[in-house]
Amino acid sequence: MAAGYNTVSFGTGRKEFNPRKPRPGIEHYISEAGQGSLKMLGGAKNVDEGVVGNFMASRFVKQAHLGAFMPFVDEGLRHKPSHRVEGACASGGLALVAGLRSVLADSADVVLALGVEVQNSVKAIYGADILAGAGWFQERKDGHAYFFPGNFSDRAGAYFEKHGREKSRKAFAHWYKQAVENARLCSTAQEYHNTNPDLVSLALTPPNPKFFTEHLNVFDCSKVSDGASAIGILSEEGLKKAGIPRSEAVEVVGWNLSVDNITEKPKDLTKLETVATAAKKAMNMAGITIEDLATIELHDCFTIAAVMILEALGFADPGKGGDLIINGDTSRDGRIPVNTTGGLIGWGHPTGATGVHQAVTIWEQLTGKAGDSQISIPDNKQYALSINMGGDDKTVVAIVYKKT
Amino acid sequence: MNYDERIRRAAVLGAAGKMGSGILLLTAAEMTDISLKPENKNKVFNLFAIDISEEALKGLRKYLAIQLLKIAEKKTVSLRQLYRDRPELIENEDIIRQYVDDAMSIINFSTRLESAYDAHIVFEAAVEDVDLKVNIIRQIKDNSNEAPWFLTNTSSIPIAELDEKAELDGRIVGFHFYNPPAVQRILEFVAPEGCNQDLLEFSLKLAKNMKKVVVQPGDFAGFIGNGFLMRDTLYGIAEAEELAKEIGFPQAVYIINRISNEFLVRPMGVFQLMDYVGIDVCQKIMLVMADRLDKPQLHSPLIDKLISQGIKGGQYADGSQKPGILNYEKGKPVKVYDPEKDAYVSIDSLQDECDAFIGPLPESHKPWKSVIRLPEKDVLLANYFGELKTMNQNGAKIALNYLENAKNIGLQLVDSKIARNAEDVNTVMMTGFFHAYGIINDY
Repeated sequence: MAAGYNTVSFGTGRKEFNPRKPRPGIEHYISEAGQGSLKMLGGAKNVDEGVVGNFMASRFVKQAHLGAFMPFVDEGLRHKPSHRVEGACASGGLALVAGLRSVLADSADVVLALGVEVQNSVKAIYGADILAGAGWFQERKDGHAYFFPGNFSDRAGAYFEKHGREKSRKAFAHWYKQAVENARLCSTAQEYHNTNPDLVSLALTPPNPKFFTEHLNVFDCSKVSDGASAIGILSEEGLKKAGIPRSEAVEVVGWNLSVDNITEKPKDLTKLETVATAAKKAMNMAGITIEDLATIELHDCFTIAAVMILEALGFADPGKGGDLIINGDTSRDGRIPVNTTGGLIGWGHPTGATGVHQAVTIWEQLTGKAGDSQISIPDNKQYALSINMGGDDKTVVAIVYKKT
Repeated sequence: MNYDERIRRAAVLGAAGKMGSGILLLTAAEMTDISLKPENKNKVFNLFAIDISEEALKGLRKYLAIQLLKIAEKKTVSLRQLYRDRPELIENEDIIRQYVDDAMSIINFSTRLESAYDAHIVFEAAVEDVDLKVNIIRQIKDNSNEAPWFLTNTSSIPIAELDEKAELDGRIVGFHFYNPPAVQRILEFVAPEGCNQDLLEFSLKLAKNMKKVVVQPGDFAGFIGNGFLMRDTLYGIAEAEELAKEIGFPQAVYIINRISNEFLVRPMGVFQLMDYVGIDVCQKIMLVMADRLDKPQLHSPLIDKLISQGIKGGQYADGSQKPGILNYEKGKPVKVYDPEKDAYVSIDSLQDECDAFIGPLPESHKPWKSVIRLPEKDVLLANYFGELKTMNQNGAKIALNYLENAKNIGLQLVDSKIARNAEDVNTVMMTGFFHAYGIINDY
C-alpha cells in the first residue's frame, strides 16, 4: 500500500464547524481524498480499479451508487471497474480487502481504495437510528435510543461487574486523554483544536442514563464525523508503474476478514471474539506475534471497545486491559503505541472511511511521513496492525503491515 | 381529583402571546407525558389554546410543532420507554414524530373564551391589566361547572387581589414564568393566604415536572423579579437623567447602559433590558406597583414620554428586538433615542467622547459571557470589584454606586417580606436574570 491521503475529520471539535452553516457534501470528500491519492499514484492512468467503502450514505445524505463517483474524482477512471462495499463501520476495511483481492487475483496492479462518510447531515438522535443499521433490525425496537452506545454500555456494565467499575472508568478517562493528546498532533484530527487542560476530569463526568447511557458518557464515544480517506493498493508491478519506490510503501503481509452471526447476541459481553479470531489469523498469516508490532490502529468506537480489543489481541489478560492504558503502555512513547493520531475518539470516525484511515495512518508511520505524530519504529519491530470492526464485533478486518 | 385527572383538561388564556405560547408548550408536553402512562391510555386529554387573535393562533401552531419536536428529540431516551408497547414505532424518528402528533392532537385552538368553560385548570397569561384579568377569570368561573383552578402568570398584581375581585375563594395561585417560559428555569410561585391547599400541592408538582426552579415570594405587587427590576431600572433612569444635565441625554443613556452592562458584569445594560421587557410593559408594571405598594415614586416621566412618542421596545414575532430607547442591529445597540429631537442618534458618533468620560475597565475585567461559565467566578468577581474600588474614573464610581443600590434593593425586598431571604433574591437574579452573581453580596 502507498499514496495515502486523509481529509479533515469534520464535526464538533473543529473550530470551523458550525452546525447551522452549510457544509461540504459527500462529493467534496470523495473528490479531495481520491485526488489526493491519485496525485501520489501518478494519475488515474495508472489506476486499474476503484473501490469505495461506505456504510450509510444512502440514509445520511440519500446517496447510493458510490462506485460511480470514481470518474467524478478523475475523468481518467471512466469505464474502469469500481464498486461500493459495505460492512457497517468496517466498510473501509472491506474496501481494502476488495482491493487486496483484486491485486492478489491479478486482475489489477493498482487499486484506489477510498472510504467515505458524511454524518453531520442529521442530528445525533437521528444519526443513532441510521448507525443502528449495523445491528440486527429486529432488535432495534428493544434497543436504546442511542443504539450502539447502548450496546457498548451493556458491555461496559458487564465488564464493570466482572472486573470492577472504578478502575475501568479511570482507564476509559485515560484513553480519552491519550486520544485527544495524540489528535492535537495531527492537523486533520477532529480534536486537533482541543485545548482542555484537564481531560481526565472531563472524561470522568458521571454517565447520565436519563439522557444517554447507563455506563458510558459522551467522552467514551467516537466522534460524529464527515471525512474521507484513500490509499493505493499496488502489486510490485503496480509500484513500478506508478513510479513509487518500495521505501515509500508498506507491505501487506497478513490480513483477515471474519464475520459473526448478526442475529445472535455476544456469548460473553466482556469479550470481542471476532476481533480476537481475525487478529490471530492475520498475524498467523504474517508469521508474527504481538511482540513484533511497532504500532496498532484499533477500532475504539467506544473506550470500552479499546480496552476489550487490547485484551482480545493478547496484550493483557481479561480485566487487565485498563492497566495498560493507565500505565501509559499504549501512549506514543509506551510499550505499544496505539492510535497515534487519536483513533476514532480523537481523530474522528467517519464510519465508512475509518478502515482506510487506519491504513493511511500506519502507512505514514512506517514510511516516516507522520509529521508531528511520528513515532519511532524500532529495528526489531517492523510491523503494524489495524483492527477495523463493523457493528458489535460482527465484521472484523485485521491487516498486518510491514515496513519495507 | 388526582393530579392526572386534574391536568386532563386545561386551558391557556393568551396562548399565542410571548408568555402564553411558552406556557402552552410546557403544558402540552406535561399533559402528553401523563396521557402516555398506561393507566391513562383510554382517557381524553384536552388543552384549550385560547387567544383573541386568529392569525396569532396560526403562528402558534408552527411554533408548537417546531418546539415540540425539539423537546421530543431531547427526551427520546425516556420516550422509547413510554412507547414501548407500540410495535410499529421502532426508530427514534418514528417515536419523535408520534410524540409531536400526540401532543398536537390534544391541543384545541380557539378564539372563544367559552372553550375554557370545561377546563379543570386555567393558565391566565393575558396582558398585565387588572380589570381584564379579573373579567375573563370571572367569566370562566361563573360559567364553568368544574370549579376550575386558576394559575395566573401575572408578574406584578397581588394574587389576593385577583382572588377577591374575581371571587375565587382561594382557587388561584401566582405561577409566574420568565421570558421565554420554555427556556427560563425560574418560576415565581405565589400562594396567598387562604389559598386552596390542593391547588398549592398540584401547582408545586406541576412546577417540578416542568423542571422549574421555584421561588416563593410574598404576595406583594411586583414580587421579587419586578420588585428588583423596576427599582433598578428607575435608578438607572435617574442616574442617566442626572448625567444628561452635564453631558447630554443620548450620551448619558449610552454611558449608563454600558456601565450597567460591562462594569457590573451583567448580561445586558439597564436600557437594553428595559427595551427587552418592553417599555410599555414596564410602565404598566410600575403603575400596578406604585398603586398597590403606595409608592408613587415607582414612576418615570421619561417612560411616559417615550410611550407617548411611540417608543415601546419589545420583540418582533421572530424574537428579534424592536427599537426602544436604543435601536439595534443584529441584536446589538447601535443608536440611542433622543426624546427632545424625536430621533435616533448613532452610537458611533458619541462613543469616543463617552468612553473617555467613563474611563478604562479594570484589568481583571472579564465579560459576563465568559465569567458565567467559570466555576471559580466568585473569587474572580471579588478580585474584580476589589480592583474597581481602587479606581478613580467616572465609570468605576458610577458602577460601585450602582452595585450598592442594587444590593439595597435586594435587602429591601427581604425586609419588606417580599422575599423570604437573601438566597431567594439571589436565586431570582442568577437563574431568572442570568446574573453572574447575586445582588446581595459582599463585593
